[in-house]
Amino acid sequence: MQSLVIVAHGSHLNPDSSAPTYDHADTIRATGAFDEVKTGFWKEEPHFREVLRTVEGDDVYVVPLFISEGYFTEQVIPRELRLDGWDVAEWDSDGLSADQATLVAEDIDRAVHYCGPVGTHRAMTDVIVRRAESVTGDPNVGDDFGLAVVGHGTERNENSAKAIEYHADRIRDRDRFDEVRALYMDEDPEVDDLPEFFESDDVVLVPLFIADGYHTQEDIPEDVGLCEDHRQGYDVPTEVDGTRIWYAGAVGTEPLMADVILERAADAGADLGTALDDVRETTRVATGD
Amino acid sequence: MADPTIDAASEAVADGSDELDVPAIDLPSDAFGAVLDALDGREPDEPLRFEGFAVARDDAAAGEFRLDPAGGDPRTGLSERDLHEALADRAAAVTDWYVFERVVGEFGPRRAFLRWIEDADGETVATRYAALAEGIERAWGELQITATVTDRGERRYDLRHADDAGASVDDLDVYENPLDARDIVTYDDKGRYRPLKTAPSLTGGWVFPDLGPRDAYEAVETVYPATVANWHREREGELDVSHWRETMARQSGIYGVVKTWDRGEGHEHVNWVAEACCDDSQCLKRREWQYDEETDLDVDGGDGVFPCREPCSVVVSAARKWTRLESEQPRTYEFELTPSEKEQVEDIIDAVADGRIDDIREADTKEGANRYRARFLRAKLFDDDGNLGGVPTDPDEDDEE
Repeated sequence: MQSLVIVAHGSHLNPDSSAPTYDHADTIRATGAFDEVKTGFWKEEPHFREVLRTVEGDDVYVVPLFISEGYFTEQVIPRELRLDGWDVAEWDSDGLSADQATLVAEDIDRAVHYCGPVGTHRAMTDVIVRRAESVTGDPNVGDDFGLAVVGHGTERNENSAKAIEYHADRIRDRDRFDEVRALYMDEDPEVDDLPEFFESDDVVLVPLFIADGYHTQEDIPEDVGLCEDHRQGYDVPTEVDGTRIWYAGAVGTEPLMADVILERAADAGADLGTALDDVRETTRVATGD
Repeated sequence: MADPTIDAASEAVADGSDELDVPAIDLPSDAFGAVLDALDGREPDEPLRFEGFAVARDDAAAGEFRLDPAGGDPRTGLSERDLHEALADRAAAVTDWYVFERVVGEFGPRRAFLRWIEDADGETVATRYAALAEGIERAWGELQITATVTDRGERRYDLRHADDAGASVDDLDVYENPLDARDIVTYDDKGRYRPLKTAPSLTGGWVFPDLGPRDAYEAVETVYPATVANWHREREGELDVSHWRETMARQSGIYGVVKTWDRGEGHEHVNWVAEACCDDSQCLKRREWQYDEETDLDVDGGDGVFPCREPCSVVVSAARKWTRLESEQPRTYEFELTPSEKEQVEDIIDAVADGRIDDIREADTKEGANRYRARFLRAKLFDDDGNLGGVPTDPDEDDEE
């Protein structure tokens, strides 16, 4: 029996935090690729400490719904899941290449496949592009458009910037958008000065965050100048200093994120049948009538 | 804990006043098919056991069956048709086997929970089916679960808020998919986000009127995550309790500071935490964790049916705040209150702590925590900087300005 466990941060304050986790779990559940799909959280329930005891299967894949490798994926989650003998060296990662480690979870005395975070997977690049398609309503968006991939920066975790740059580079290499830039909230180049970094009249701004919350709903819109006060709201697009900014909100809310979760499990050996194709199809952007 | 419904049925038998009102069950083909599947591949000396009888393949001839009633003479050489007839006469026992062995399955927490609902490890099939025909009610936190049986021996479960116990399904919002319970548990009656699923603030007005066994378990686990798993471990004597000290010692990052709150000077601070956060008025889990393995807390752990095995993330987050606040040294502030003003401050603290603010009527100025009363107190006692009694919080504040 094959089980998927999606682990995410969650929140004591913000109900939107866990919403993408539940949405992607539902998408994957509908493919039937796993006998069960469970969710566990750091700040909600079931907690990381107790999620595995709710799992029935004997072939368990744990996928962290986190953007980068770092404190949560390397310390908190393995500790709270009680992965026996965990050492970050198990992943042998350069900060982007964590794939999976198979370890016994002491809580259930069974081996689980502990996967790398979704944010550093190559398939995440497609989600960022898909997010740009969603927010513009144009499945072919790219010509005459710039794309800003925005992240936290290195203040708390150097791997955070690595993930942003990795995906920005990959999208740039596709020659789809006129310009692609990686921007940050707490270091240069700063997202506050977005219009200075782009020549294009239209720029899609995709924040590399898992869920909408304080950073994506308050910080970035105000810093970029989409609004004076986030409570006023803003239009998409909003013109700032001559640049039309298409603000996408957290990339993690994009339905195609389910695909990256599946890719992580597949890389760790999960048998998915046609689930990857199914998810890519069911999460497509409607071309509209 | 015996269910009152079951007790009532047992008493009827004990005093001989009434026969058990066991519902007539038609043996469904899937249950009979499961019996044939289970016998297929078994040796003749490996009978399949039901309550009151067993069936086995008959070694006399391939494809034939044997039925062994407990304490009675065996019937041998039964054809599949004969076997069906014999099992149809015993459909209650066969469907009971089918429900738990094939529908519910082996997974420990789910199986134990669904068997507990109808006391399947303590009562006979006849007693349970009679009780199920009437409806067996169980409480789980604020949930009421009512188990029934169909005329094909299938279990069905009605799940709702206990406050809606007598309500007609037509008057409630009806749900079918257990995962829809995620939306029900997100907000309380006032539309506020519920960060703790086991807080006694579950909203009512909804019902899952017709769940199968697996979905019933799933819905309960969605409303109160991992509570069945922990309850099951406790019943098996395997609950892994992580006490306060070890839980705080494990914290890292921004929560690493909480371990400094334990200074080897007793555990009174943890009593206060448990009284603040873990009381039954705040959380329906029964707190089993203590200060440490040797030191019990002095406050009540509550009466909940499911256990709490370690300080939760809400407690850890609050403890982080208290660790900082409690590192401050007390100071003496001097200002005057009338006796009624002192009591009013106490009333306000009580009203906030007990979540009664919204119950205090706007014009009820007899209540110390009444809004007008509080506004009057503020107007009288606060200075322009919001200092109670005009006394600065920091004694040096005036000098610094």
